[in-house]
Amino acid sequence: MVYLQMIWEFFKTGLFTIGGGLASLPFLHNIADRYDWYTHEQLIDMIAVSESTPGAIGINMATYVGYTIGGAFSSILSTLALILPSFIIVSLVAGVLNRFKENPLVRSAFYGLRPAVCALIASAGWGVVRISLLNTALFSSTGKLLDLFDLKAVILFALILPAILRWKKHPIVYIGAAALIGVVFQL
Amino acid sequence: MRELWDLYLAFFRIGALTFGGGYAMLPLLEKEVVEKYHWANRDDLLDYYAVGQCLPGIIAVNTSVFVGNKVKGLWGALAAVLGVATPSIVVIDLIAAFLKNFSDLSVVQHAFAGIRVAVAALIVSVIFKLFKSGIVDKLTLALFIVVFGLTLFVSASPVYFVAAAAALGVLVKKGGKKA
Repeated sequence: MVYLQMIWEFFKTGLFTIGGGLASLPFLHNIADRYDWYTHEQLIDMIAVSESTPGAIGINMATYVGYTIGGAFSSILSTLALILPSFIIVSLVAGVLNRFKENPLVRSAFYGLRPAVCALIASAGWGVVRISLLNTALFSSTGKLLDLFDLKAVILFALILPAILRWKKHPIVYIGAAALIGVVFQL
Repeated sequence: MRELWDLYLAFFRIGALTFGGGYAMLPLLEKEVVEKYHWANRDDLLDYYAVGQCLPGIIAVNTSVFVGNKVKGLWGALAAVLGVATPSIVVIDLIAAFLKNFSDLSVVQHAFAGIRVAVAALIVSVIFKLFKSGIVDKLTLALFIVVFGLTLFVSASPVYFVAAAAALGVLVKKGGKKA
């Protein structure tokens, strides 16, 4: 019975979340309010793990919450339940999109859409750059410009970006190397 | 059958190497979907991100379903989305079972500080590539700058930006010239 309730709750979360995985947070907090499946404190721990493990954050969180509710089997159910609404809706839209892709109006819409999406991606990229290279909290307390930059991270970034542009290896190469460098140099 | 398996494995790799949200997935999509398998081009990826942003569901799942669907219809979408979710299920279940204090381990924190830098560099590099396919004239350049500036200062849902940009595209081109 708890499985059915859980599936229903995650189906709704998948249906009403729009955007990145963190957008599902309010729904997960709301579930914690209404059921005694997990506490808000547990949820915060689950977010920390979901952000520092491979996999999109939204999927990780659905899996972790599902596991907390009822173990491995339950984690598979919660993840599939979160995915199901997207699967149905996007499949329907993809069918329509393919049929109308050559329609002049649709093409005009995408002419405007593409630069806007580029900007959204650039903005997300700026967010990641800011979090990984800048130390805004320290800077605002000391006011020294040098404190703004996380020096080791800036150096790593300055080495890795040209390498990516030059050699075009699979991202795993850069991610693996950066993880190793992070551990060795105590980033 | 072969293609479904390829889709599952490619998205398994994408899921296993995504650190962060749906945007962190872009460099991997670019590598696997555009460069390696030629399942879609960069314009397609941008379109999927644009539409995927405005549909229910998290971006990572929506984009996977779009790509899978383009390659092999409903079954392709299923293969892609199961592929992208499998690493999460395996890794999170293992951590939840054996390593609850995973994110407190100092080795994890240091490794992750490094990974974040790599992810930042990978996203920046993919922006360069996407920029070429999205920004084709002065108007699209202006649109890019305006939307980017707005996202820095206004915390509105991306849905509004996407909807406004699409409307502008229709108004300017009126479906006339080749977009």
